[in-house]
Amino acid sequence: MSTSNSKPLQVKVWRGTAQGSFTDYEVPRLSSQTVLDVVTHIQRHLEPSLGYRFACRVGMCGSCAMTVNGVARWTCRTHVAKVVDEAGRLELRPLANLPVIKDLAVDMSEFFDKWARSKGQFKGSRTRHEDFERVAPASPARQAANAGIECIGCGVCYGSCDVVSWRPAFAGPAALNRAWTLVNDERDTAQTERLRAVAGDAGCHACHTQGSCTERCPKQIAPTLGIAGLKRLVAKAAVRGEL
Amino acid sequence: MSGPSETVADGVAQAKRWYWQRISAMVLTVCVLVHLGGVIYAVRGGLSAAEILGRTQGNWAFAAFYATFVLASAVHVPVGVANVAREWAGLGASAGLWLGRAVALLILVMGLRAVLGVVTGGNA
Repeated sequence: MSTSNSKPLQVKVWRGTAQGSFTDYEVPRLSSQTVLDVVTHIQRHLEPSLGYRFACRVGMCGSCAMTVNGVARWTCRTHVAKVVDEAGRLELRPLANLPVIKDLAVDMSEFFDKWARSKGQFKGSRTRHEDFERVAPASPARQAANAGIECIGCGVCYGSCDVVSWRPAFAGPAALNRAWTLVNDERDTAQTERLRAVAGDAGCHACHTQGSCTERCPKQIAPTLGIAGLKRLVAKAAVRGEL
Repeated sequence: MSGPSETVADGVAQAKRWYWQRISAMVLTVCVLVHLGGVIYAVRGGLSAAEILGRTQGNWAFAAFYATFVLASAVHVPVGVANVAREWAGLGASAGLWLGRAVALLILVMGLRAVLGVVTGGNA
């Protein structure tokens, strides 16, 4: 990476937990610089006590999401050029809707607990002594599962969801997207339990189809679509008395 | 504290409410289109109380259509009102539901009274 001649970035970074304030830093502007590069520069050169989280740096692990200029993003794959304003300012806050541990790092326990509560675990019927089940790759169910299966669990959708902020018990887009991929897994044997788990106001029926999750998902997944599918399946089962 | 079975029952009730909101929305879609069409057609001859009542008095097809419209609204509205009350006004789940039911009752009574009024001309 080479140093460019453009003026330095003016970066405001959240310091603290739920209570705290912004601190200003000046960071050299580089070509092809990502937001995570900026945070790392601050931590290594300006503020050694800055708390943040990252691992893979290539958009696979889902650990570096933050709120960048008011929008939840994966910072390792977000180029500064894409988000910086004309005055060269960046504002970095932790992800919304999750408790802040320190500075830019949030506690994701509740986020993943909701995956578990939405029956996000695969439950098959075969043992290792039996042959593999075969799923036709072109079947509609497999295609529907494919559309949601690439989730990296970054929490960008969860931090962007207004319904989560209004209803803290709401499972959120990622957990429901996971449930939707399993609903479409024809090998899974816990379907009724899963539909029960995602029914109602803490589950899919709280979603107002605002679509922030779909708009912001860095993997171009459409949780809104999966949630709409869950609503239909759950409501049908509830009306038929199958739940 | 609600136990697991109670939570499931809640979820099922909420899913059913969503279903009825969806079904009533489908009815409302048709009703609103017919209603707007009727409004556009009706104002072509000018708009006066006598003209409107001349068309609606004794017209039981009109009454049936608007009674359906009122019923669909009374089914549809409370679910949304309960959600708005809960999410934006900070009401509890059951307070929101009761507020929704009260609004539904108001719509039902006022709506059916209005339908009856224009069909009988206030002579009922």
